Amino acid sequence: MDKIRESLLKKSIATKIERRGKIISLFCLALIVGIVFLIFYFVASRGLATFFQNHINLWQFLSGTQWNPGTNGTNGQPAVGALPMILGSFLITILSALIATPFAIGTAVFMTEISPRRGAKILRPVTELLVGIPSVVYGFIGLQVVVPFVRHTFGGSGYGILSGTFVLFVMILPTVTSMSADALNAVPRYYREASLALGATRWQTIYKVVLRAAIPGMLTAIVFGMARAFGEALAVQMVIGNATLLPQNLVSPASTLTSILTMGIGNTVMGSLQNNALWSLAMILLLMSLVFNLVIRYIGRKGKLNHER
Amino acid sequence: MADNSMTTDQRNIMKFDPKDHEIALSTEDLRVFYGKSEAISEGDLQFERYKISALIGPSGSGKSTYLRSLNRMNDRIATVKGKIMYRGLDINSNDIDVYEMRRHIGMVFQRPNPFAKSIYENIAFALRQRGMNKKQDLDEIVERSLRQAAMWDQVKDDLNKSALALSGGQQQRLCIARAIAIKPDILLLDEPASALDPISTSQVEDTLLELKQNYTIIIVTHNMQQASRISDYTAFFNLGKVLEYAETGDIFTNPQVDLTNDYISGNFG
Repeated sequence: MDKIRESLLKKSIATKIERRGKIISLFCLALIVGIVFLIFYFVASRGLATFFQNHINLWQFLSGTQWNPGTNGTNGQPAVGALPMILGSFLITILSALIATPFAIGTAVFMTEISPRRGAKILRPVTELLVGIPSVVYGFIGLQVVVPFVRHTFGGSGYGILSGTFVLFVMILPTVTSMSADALNAVPRYYREASLALGATRWQTIYKVVLRAAIPGMLTAIVFGMARAFGEALAVQMVIGNATLLPQNLVSPASTLTSILTMGIGNTVMGSLQNNALWSLAMILLLMSLVFNLVIRYIGRKGKLNHER
Repeated sequence: MADNSMTTDQRNIMKFDPKDHEIALSTEDLRVFYGKSEAISEGDLQFERYKISALIGPSGSGKSTYLRSLNRMNDRIATVKGKIMYRGLDINSNDIDVYEMRRHIGMVFQRPNPFAKSIYENIAFALRQRGMNKKQDLDEIVERSLRQAAMWDQVKDDLNKSALALSGGQQQRLCIARAIAIKPDILLLDEPASALDPISTSQVEDTLLELKQNYTIIIVTHNMQQASRISDYTAFFNLGKVLEYAETGDIFTNPQVDLTNDYISGNFG
């Protein structure tokens, strides 16, 4: 009996291991949270320096159209107008999402509703492979194939928003497709049965019931794709032309936040206005990805409510 | 013939005299395969018009599979062979427009499955798919269907509320209302009350007895009291075969097949 009492009072090895495991996993979590905070702090401190140390007006930064940090623009102020890049980033993101969405939904419907077996066998590995291709490869193909194509078909030099859109379209398509397919798969089977049992055709069922029920999930997929498009740097930089000019049309050279960042960050001196201005661009990127994340969460929560209530 | 096969081969399946009974639906030598395994080996049943026929049997006996085959909901899941006769046509043939057929042979499922739409839109859904868009017509049918499903008074002020906010029993009656909105001939119900509490169950049962005047109803149930309460005829399924089919009163008081007797007296199942 005493042995049992003793063993009950003593901490067993299992308890100790469990506590150790708890501490380790807590440490990992704290590390990641810490890193995220540090990134935010670092980017913000550098990015805000443009406004507080160099006394650039925020509005001037967001709406100015001349970008040549270190020199003065035509108005006598430092030329740190980020509007061309901001506009370029948004245009390229929205356009590529606009083109990718119908293709992604069509593919996802085929994969889940029309031919699930072939979808699982062929399309899923293909889309997963597409996600895995390095962006420099996409950029290279864009440079060799898309740019000449755009030049011949639409005129101009071929470098510009349109080429970037085409490259990004292919790059985000697999993400949006596989996430849309997940959203469609998550629609309960009894929705389809209910609709079919009422005499609705397969197309009516897909269009009126399945797709409607999957809207929140598919919106999430699209926003995810947009977030990826917004943040993509290398492939875009290779085809967009990197001219910090306000885009006049879709085939004239333009630039995005990311392309200017990757081009410029190695050529500036830490602490100078040139450098700080680039950090401000990075800050905008970070804030935008935060916004994309919040949008995704908001859609997710709303979708859940719709299903549960 | 071996001795033990005597009991399993015992069968007693009623056939109607077409002079006295109008047959709404019947099956001839229906066989259902999941891949290579046979779920239903022989299903020869006739269902009389404007009556409630219950299909009972232990789990896995194939009663739900049989029911789902009747309006070809099993098409993409299983292989169904044999004939399903409806108005002199074999609706299990490839020449039949399945979607049109399901308009005449409606179905209500085990779990209430309203769409995540309003009560009104749930019922209007199938009608809109048929091209009916006039508000007045829709209003009329929505009201009629809900009245027939005995829930008009409870929901008439909340027609635009989400159907998912209804209680389980109300959801199931909404599903019934939705099914009868397109005026089918035959209503198939797959354990419609098994996910419901006793009060909701009795509401659904009352609804079914009410509907019997205008609809031929075939209901799968694992609840024998339910079968005896509401059905006119009862079929007993075991291991993919119909062993006995007779008037409900006869089956519950004087079953001809030993296994039926064992099942309804609670010896197995």
